[in-house]
Amino acid sequence: MSSIVEGFFGAVGRMALPLRRDVHDAAKIINSAFYWSFISPLKGRPIRFRASISEMVKAGYNSVPIVATISLFVGIILALQAAYQLKRVGALIYVANLVGVSLTRELGPIMTAIIVSGRSGSAFAAEIGSMKAAEEIDALTTMGINPVRYLVVPKLVALMVMVPALTVLADLIGIFGGFLLATTAVGLHPYSYFQQTVNALLIKDVFTGLLKAWAFGIVITLVGAYQGFKVEGGAEEVGRRTTASVVTSIFLVIIVDLFFTSLFYFFT
Amino acid sequence: MENAIEIKGLQTHYGDREILKNITVSIPQGRTTVILGGSGCGKSTLLKHLIGLLRPTKGQIIIKGKDISGLQEDELNEVRKKMGVLFQGAALLNSLTLGENVALPIREHTRLNDSTIGIMVRMKLDQVGLSGFESFCPSQLSGGMKKRAGLARALALDPELLFFDEPSAGLDPVTAAGLDELILKLRNVFRMTIVVVTHELASVFTIADYVIMLDRGEVAFNGTLEELKASDNEKVRMFLERRPEKETYSPDDYFRVIAGD
Ligand SMILES: Nc1ncnc2c1ncn2[C@@H]1O[C@H](COP(=O)(O)OP(=O)(O)O)[C@@H](O)[C@H]1O
Ligand SMILES: [Mg+2]
Repeated sequence: MSSIVEGFFGAVGRMALPLRRDVHDAAKIINSAFYWSFISPLKGRPIRFRASISEMVKAGYNSVPIVATISLFVGIILALQAAYQLKRVGALIYVANLVGVSLTRELGPIMTAIIVSGRSGSAFAAEIGSMKAAEEIDALTTMGINPVRYLVVPKLVALMVMVPALTVLADLIGIFGGFLLATTAVGLHPYSYFQQTVNALLIKDVFTGLLKAWAFGIVITLVGAYQGFKVEGGAEEVGRRTTASVVTSIFLVIIVDLFFTSLFYFFT
Repeated sequence: MENAIEIKGLQTHYGDREILKNITVSIPQGRTTVILGGSGCGKSTLLKHLIGLLRPTKGQIIIKGKDISGLQEDELNEVRKKMGVLFQGAALLNSLTLGENVALPIREHTRLNDSTIGIMVRMKLDQVGLSGFESFCPSQLSGGMKKRAGLARALALDPELLFFDEPSAGLDPVTAAGLDELILKLRNVFRMTIVVVTHELASVFTIADYVIMLDRGEVAFNGTLEELKASDNEKVRMFLERRPEKETYSPDDYFRVIAGD
């Protein structure tokens, strides 16, 4: 009997110990990322502005085509699905409400976050991971350059700006996609669809969507950086960590989304 | 003979595994000290402690009168400004050109303007025989050139202490000899304290003034090069004569090995 209990607690302990280390490592990276992003600039050590711009170009500007294409199609799909239901109750004009509200509140931010996880989150993990494997991170440290400040902060700044920016783009193009479909295939009048959309959208809808997008940017950067810094061995571990970064960041994005959405539901 | 670094009772672990066991040695000022030993005996681990990348479980590492094992990160950075490190694979940042790599520590620690930094970078690259290469990327260079560039970066802030991890690993003998010559020049001309981790006997005899030999995380020998050559220590003789080590299991260990436990 006691050996069963011992075995059980032993197993729990063996699982919990590495977990505790992971939590500790993650907390350290989160802590120093926020320190070097928000506190140290106040103490006269500014963030690396040029590097942040170049990260913005890589993560933001370069994903414009894919975000635009996907959100156009999602807008069309949404309008089709909405029309399918609303036709039966003869309320086709409400396609505009459904498309507008669900895009700005939910689908715009989440689609953008998933695309950015796949494009940039994985790139962050791969970049930092291969630098770790090649001792480049150690080299930075011995030169007195904090690797988090040097590598993570520009990425964090870039995604905190670019995920909301891409979300605005996704919202606009998605709504345009819905508009295209509704005014052609469904036969709604362009002006009344436009009016209906404008009336349906509240500032609050757009704003909460952007707030979520901002949080997703933080999650994606930190997960990518965390997985990158966890690399100990060589190239095959970089590959493994890169995959893990995409899976983890999509998962955490959904969790954060759930949290924010319930918060907004109950408190706004 | 004055000591640049004193290591006292250094003990360290990776997880539960003890890697360095109670190491007490000194590294003399203005000389080249070679840390010698077989693969996996803990040479790189010791080096990482000396440059403050790893913290010991126990013991002290005293550099210029300061125990660096207990320092805060920003105090440690002050000590690191006086150190240069050449890593095993050179560890140049692949996203930057050679010039930018060498400029990196200068930009971080000084307020010099770009043209002054440019001059310093060209001087350092010239010192290692790479003048004219500052706009090359690390991926365009051979292994030997990368190491030289890494050395130029390590020299950027005119360090007093210079560390090398396996400088000749993966290089052909001629290139490796060239690097050894550079190390000699740095000691003779600039009176730097140099610490080299290696297992190459040829370069030990060229560059070493003082030798520390590690064996399974313990100091097997420390003394001058002459003392090393004259030593009748079994471990030292085996290393110098390149005799293979006989795996000696105790009966208990052997039983555990075959029982797969
Ligand atoms: N990051 C690490 N985690 C766990 N064990 C390690 C790590 N780095 C090195 N080791 C182990 O520590 C021992 C000493 O390694 P190292 O100092 O790199 O040896 P050397 O440089 O003398 O070849 C080796 O047995 C190695 O497997
Ligand atoms: Mg080594």
